[in-house]
Amino acid sequence: MKRVIFRGQALPLLLLAPQLAVTFVFFFWPAGQAIWFSFLRQDAFGIRTQFVGFENFAELFADPLYIATIWNTVVFSVSVTALSMGVALLLAVLADRQIRGAQAYRTLLIWPYAVAPALAAVLWIFMFHPTIGLFGRMLNAAGVAWDYRLNGGQAMLVVILASAWKQVSYNFIFFLAGLQSIPRSVLEAASIDGARPARRFWTIVFPLLSPTTFFLLVVNLTYAFFDTFGIIDALTRGGPAKATETLIYRAYIDGRVNLDLGSSSAQSVVLMLAVIALTAIQFRFIERRVHY
Amino acid sequence: MARLRIENVRKSFGATQVLHGIDLSVEDGEMIVIVGASGCGKSTLLRIVAGLEAPTSGAVLIDGRDVTALEPPDRDVAMVFQNYALYPHMSVFENMAYGLRIRRLPKEEIRRRVGETAELLGISSLLDRRPRQLSGGQRQRVAMGRAIVREPKLFLFDEPLSNLDAKLRVQMRAEIRRLQKRLGVTSLFVTHDQTEAMTLGDRLVVMHQGHAAQVATPMEVWSRPADTYVGGFIGSPAMNLLEARLAEGGAAAALKAGPVLRFADGPRPGPAGRPILIGIRPEHVRRDGMAGLELALDLAEPLGSETVLHGRLPGGEALTAKLAGFPQGTSGSIRIALPPEEWHVFDAETGRRLDPL
Repeated sequence: MKRVIFRGQALPLLLLAPQLAVTFVFFFWPAGQAIWFSFLRQDAFGIRTQFVGFENFAELFADPLYIATIWNTVVFSVSVTALSMGVALLLAVLADRQIRGAQAYRTLLIWPYAVAPALAAVLWIFMFHPTIGLFGRMLNAAGVAWDYRLNGGQAMLVVILASAWKQVSYNFIFFLAGLQSIPRSVLEAASIDGARPARRFWTIVFPLLSPTTFFLLVVNLTYAFFDTFGIIDALTRGGPAKATETLIYRAYIDGRVNLDLGSSSAQSVVLMLAVIALTAIQFRFIERRVHY
Repeated sequence: MARLRIENVRKSFGATQVLHGIDLSVEDGEMIVIVGASGCGKSTLLRIVAGLEAPTSGAVLIDGRDVTALEPPDRDVAMVFQNYALYPHMSVFENMAYGLRIRRLPKEEIRRRVGETAELLGISSLLDRRPRQLSGGQRQRVAMGRAIVREPKLFLFDEPLSNLDAKLRVQMRAEIRRLQKRLGVTSLFVTHDQTEAMTLGDRLVVMHQGHAAQVATPMEVWSRPADTYVGGFIGSPAMNLLEARLAEGGAAAALKAGPVLRFADGPRPGPAGRPILIGIRPEHVRRDGMAGLELALDLAEPLGSETVLHGRLPGGEALTAKLAGFPQGTSGSIRIALPPEEWHVFDAETGRRLDPL
């Protein structure tokens, strides 16, 4: 890295100021407020505010519904990440081969990324709604009692499918770029060494993709934690009976709908700590393992 | 250790034909160098033998077995790539053991064979390193080791020395030749470098625009080039080609530069006036007191033990001469002789060698 030495401090501070201002106004300030609110309790009309220490947190972890929400989030995030990355890798491997129309195929695979979460949810409603959805009606006609508005497991499945589908494009782009950066001659050498396609994939391609895979793991878990709010809200609103309520969705419900700012803030802090921990663990892991 | 036969192999990429029917027979333990300018199809031919490309028509036989339809893993050949193509995420040991593990050799056997091969190549101390921690020469050795340790039927080398610096290249060249002779493995070596070709090969295949212009021993290629391309390609500086016509009933050549000189080895076929080309290597051009042809000089390149002179003959044709020492009086012009016993006679239309009747 090239180092630039500035004379004095005014210019470097001025150059940094916009970035710092944005980070402060849109991250540190609200995050700080969330931490502060998480120690307070306010009545629903915002008239009286009381400092309660860690009571908000204690109540949260004593609440079986919150534990269920954590469990929901784990199932949801792991499923979305595994599904979207698995499908994206499969598609990328297929697209990496020299096939006719590869360019068009790649472009089409990238499109879903441009679809807004709420629209994605509507698309999936049109597919899986029990009375107006194409597949929903087919399933019911085939004798399956399909209604994701009533069945929690089915609701979770639809939400996972929609969220994963939305993220496949993004993963696909990175996996394809990763695959194309593997030198052809290395694969040819493995082939001449006697490795058939499946073995070449698991012993050469997959290890060489590991930097991409770990990067996507971080991005996808973060996506599943935070960015799936729109899809869940539009498809199931966390229901039925909180079956698809994730941590971020509950934080929204408690804060915006139930007006329990203290609890909602405590939940935000928990989420923030979870993501910081996740990212830290993953980056440490990456540093040790992934470089070759 | 095997015999290799290539039968009438043709290859087209779309509308472009890159190989126009190559035939080659390689004996057990022989080292064949395929040499040619870039784009002549030499790498494609090697990749067809490896199974990385399928020929459009023709067949590849290893030990009499037709392997044309087989994938690379089923051919039992080993290849050293120009960029080495080492597995970047594996240690040197794992790189060399990869092919053996696929063949499910016992662990002890793998350790023994990798150890012996590393010893042979002087890379025993590097076995725990990753490829990125190695120098170019060391990577080259590992790539060789990965090929040798498998004890394959066939070694294929795809310009393995071209990424090394000049000194290392000469050293590795000798080492590859020693190893190949010692192990006695049938080998195909692709290069664009004529020095590598001459020093490494038991026989050369000189390729030109998808044809095998000549298949012969290095000395034969040098002393009896099959056509003007081979004559010009092998030898440095390149062979001079002088325009001439048959004269005296085919017994002599009338050079465009003036003189009519009789062939040393007998008359050539064809009517008087048939256009021919006289090839003479620069090192065979001699200085000649007063009787010789006048060569108007425009450049002298002293190389120490000899000097390369560039000049023009009276007819305007360029001629290069390599003379011993640094001849005095080389400014302006000198007189030279073109001794007919050193001539190579080619048909001017086809470029093919014309032998005496």
